[in-house]
This record gives sequence, C-alpha cells and structure tokens, in this order.
Amino acid sequence: MINKTLANFIMSGNLKRVIFWSLVLLFITNTAIIYCSGSDYDFGKAFLTEDSKKGKLLFQEYNCISCHQLYGLGGYMGADLTNVISTAGKGKTYAKSFISYGTERMPNFHLNQDQIKALLAYLTYVDKTGISPVINFEVKWDGTIMQKESR
Amino acid sequence: MRKEIGIIFILLSIVALLGGLFFGSVCAFQFVFPDFFELLPFFKNRPLHVSFVVSWIFLSAVGGIYYYLPKYCELSLFSRKMAVIHIWFFVITGILIIGSYLFGKFGGREYWEFPAILAIPIFISWLLFGINYFKTVVKKVGQWPVYLWMWATGICFFLFTFTEAYLWIFPYFRDNLILDLTVQWKAYGALVGSWNMLVYGTAIFVMERVKGDGGVAKSKLAFLMYFLGLFNLMFGWAHHIYIVPTAPWIRYLSYAVSMTELLILAKIMWDWKSSLKEAKKDFYFLPYRFLVASEIWIFLNIVLAILISIPAINIYTHGTHITVAHAMGSTIGINTMILLSSVLFIISDVTKYEFSKKEKKTIRIGFWITNVSLLIFWLCLILAGAEKGKLTIENQLPFQVIMEKINPYLVSFAIAGLGVFIGLLLTTALPLLTIINYLRKK
Repeated sequence: MINKTLANFIMSGNLKRVIFWSLVLLFITNTAIIYCSGSDYDFGKAFLTEDSKKGKLLFQEYNCISCHQLYGLGGYMGADLTNVISTAGKGKTYAKSFISYGTERMPNFHLNQDQIKALLAYLTYVDKTGISPVINFEVKWDGTIMQKESR
Repeated sequence: MRKEIGIIFILLSIVALLGGLFFGSVCAFQFVFPDFFELLPFFKNRPLHVSFVVSWIFLSAVGGIYYYLPKYCELSLFSRKMAVIHIWFFVITGILIIGSYLFGKFGGREYWEFPAILAIPIFISWLLFGINYFKTVVKKVGQWPVYLWMWATGICFFLFTFTEAYLWIFPYFRDNLILDLTVQWKAYGALVGSWNMLVYGTAIFVMERVKGDGGVAKSKLAFLMYFLGLFNLMFGWAHHIYIVPTAPWIRYLSYAVSMTELLILAKIMWDWKSSLKEAKKDFYFLPYRFLVASEIWIFLNIVLAILISIPAINIYTHGTHITVAHAMGSTIGINTMILLSSVLFIISDVTKYEFSKKEKKTIRIGFWITNVSLLIFWLCLILAGAEKGKLTIENQLPFQVIMEKINPYLVSFAIAGLGVFIGLLLTTALPLLTIINYLRKK
C-alpha cells in the first residue's frame, strides 16, 4: 500500500525530473563537503615528508596494491601494510628487508637505496594515519562499532 | 562494420570475457602456488584479469545499447561515425593497456592500474558515446522508458566517477591518505553503480522483449526501483571504507542507505517471471535461462551485501575474501548472467540462427557447469574470508599463519574457478562462432 502510494507520487507529472535533479543537487553538495572536509582527518600530517610523497608514487609505480592492502583495501596475496612500521615484531628493519630482497611470494624489484628510503617514509606516514585491522572495539546497539584505540 | 557496430562490440565483449577468465584462473592458481606461470607474475596478471572483465561488462552493455536503440526503440543512431570512432578508441586503448601491464608500467591505482595518461582516450571514447546516446534519445524525451533513464544515468555517472577516480593526480588529494582513500572509494562505489545502471537497464530491456510487454519498463515500480538505485549509487558507497578514519557521518549515511537496489530489481524480475507467457519463454529459451540464474544470484548477493554492510559484521569481513565473494558473485553471478542473456538475445535476433538440439545442449551444460562451479567458488571465498576474519580479529595471528590455515579453501576456490572458466567457455564458444560466421558472410 505504501509502495503503491509512493509509486503513484513518483510517476505524477514532471516529478521524475524534479526527483532526479534534487538527487543530483544533494550529490553535488555531499561531494563538495567530502572534498573540503576530508583533510581534517589526516592524523599523519606531521609525518608527510618529501620522501613519503615520493614513496607513495613508487608504491603506485610498482603496483604494490595488487598484492598488499592499506586499510584492508587492495590485494590478498600479501599482508596489510597500514601498521607494518609500528607492529610489535615488525618495524622498519623488517619492512626494509622485504622491500630490498622480496620473498617467495614477493618479487625482488631491485630498488635502489633512495627508493627504499622513500617507500619506508611513506609506510611511516601511513602508519600514523590510523589503525588497520581494528582489533579493540565495542559493538553498539545499532550495529555500529566504537574503536577503543586511536593514534 | 558500419552497419553492425553493436555486433562488433558484442564480439569483442566475448573475447574480453574469455581473456578475463583465463587471466583470472591463472591468478587463482598463483594464489596457492606462487611459482605457477612465472612468465606472468601475479602483480601483472591481476590487472589483466580485472581490465578484461571490466571490458566484458562495458563492451557487452554498450554493444547492446548500440543494437537496441535503432532496432527496437525506433531511434536511429545520431552518428554511426562516432560509434566507429568509439570502438577504435576502445580497441587501441585496450592494446596499449595490455602492453603497459606486460611491460610492467603501472599507474598503480586499484582496478585502474594502467598509467594515468591512458585514462584520457577512455574518457574521450565515453564522451563520444554519451554525445551519440543523448543526441539519439533526445527525440523521445519525455516518453523514456526506465531503461533509457538508466543507460543515460550510467553514462553520465561513468564520466563523473571516472574523472573523480583521477583526482589523485592533484597534490591536494594525493598528499592526504585519508582524503585520497575516501575520494577513491567514493568514485569506485559510484562507478560500480554506474555500470549496474547499464546492466540492469539491459536486464529490463531484455525482460520486456521476452515478455512481449512494453509496460514493464514504464511501470511505477520500475521507476521507483530506478530512483532507489540512483540514491544508492550516490550515497551508498562508504561501506567500502568503514575502517578508514574518515568523518563518521560518511559511514553512518552509507549504513543507512544500505543495499536496496538489488532488492527492488529482484522483486521486479520475480513479478515478471510469474507472469511470463510460455510461448515467448520457449522462443527465447536461452536468454530466459540466464535471467533466471541472475535472479538466484541476486538473492544470494543481497543476503551477503546486507550482512557485510552492518559495521559490526564488516569489521570481521573487510579486507577478507568475503569482499571478493561479493564482488565475484555480483560480476559473474548477476552482471555476467544478465549480459549473457542480452548477448544471446542479440545473436539469435541478428543472425536468425537457431541453435540445433546438440548445440543447445552444449550451452546448457556450460550453463550448469558455470553456475555450480560459481556456487562452490563463492562458498569457498566466504569460508576463507570468515576464517581469516576470525583469525585476524580474535586470534590475532600473523598473516602468513592465517594464509596457511585457509589454504585448503583457496585450493578449492582455484579449482572451482577453473570450472567457471570451462563452463563459460562452453557457453560462449558457439555464440562466438555464430557471430564470426555471420560477419564473414556479410
């Protein structure tokens, strides 16, 4: 019944165009807010250096994301690298040896020292932006979660 | 070629599908046997697989639109020349993209992993397609059935989201990881929504033909579904980035929007099936079979999509193979079944060739092998993902240990993937040969 009433409302006159353009307007507003406010949440800003910027481009140039993840986004062949720098038992030396020599699954890309330094600087910046995966959390009544730890 | 532009797109789309399946199968085996096919390492293979599959979806959907507009919508194409230029852009850019992957030249953004410069010809080709489409359909503006709205929306949002996906080239976006990830997945979420508009528009068009009732595409429910789909496309993308520390309202909005698009489509298709006329169904037996399969996959993926869009569950499933199961279930189970239905409809329509009993049997066997293998493939990914999520969050085991524990599921997934490849090869080989023979005779 509710569906039918709603459907009749939608089909009347030029309402289709009104709904369409209203949604477009909302979409543009939403997009603008996201573009302008996104930078408020960069907790790693202090670690953004020229090296880390170069490291990001190298990360893309060697298509690292086809195997690795950042914040659980990316490939499934390798580990999530978001916090590889600060995880106990890992850290910069651990990451450096992987980047320098590869593993059974990861090719050796024969990077030079400057490139390795840039990639490590990028991973250091990434590490400071947040936590992935989130281990300590509390489930709220509405199915959302509250993260218990932060950077 | 001038007359058969839609058919050329369909021919290329089947080739792209088979290419995507080949590289996908190799990827799956490289997952469990890292030394497998060393000639083409995983980091080159995966983008090849993704690009071929995305090409299959776009080529078959676009080919259908080029074919249906003049043939069934009484709308002669605004410019055949533009359509020919469109296809040449597509082919040449496609070859350049394959070359860039093989030579290890990457742009390195997930899904669009080719060098950013190659995005320009892709954008131009879609712009040409968009101009051609709107100049063609403008003649009937005001009386558009829902599929014309959906195709129009799909084209516009592809152009917007494809551009948005390249905002990373500006330091303002690139130098802030959180903003970059948010905008990237905002673009990708809506991009998938835009191709869904093209695919679901095609589904409604084919169901209207099979049913022989023009009312389906002008029904109130169809428009209600379209607007809900559009709402979802615009605001329902953030379930991809629940874990990214972005503004909380972005996550809450997406959670609230949820996945209503597939639910409504499933309802329409269900209503349609129950009222289908037997005679028409027999005539279009093969397209009908694939549409029915897509209904079942819609149902399975709705359940999965709703579950993983709940943040408390998403925290366990995000970054696991459950996300892959959702993506594969949608692209193979839903999109590919719908698009194969459209491809088979077009082939029988244009060639007037009726498959013999033996040929129909081959396609039917392919259909069953595909669907059974896909079900095993999908379940293996879900089990692997559930195990990975539990071992990561609750047991906090290292990545390598987790991968060893889920290896049996991944071996089964690779074998089932091979089954999907064989099944779709059997399904598409005869239609592909039929088109080739038809074009040769022309």
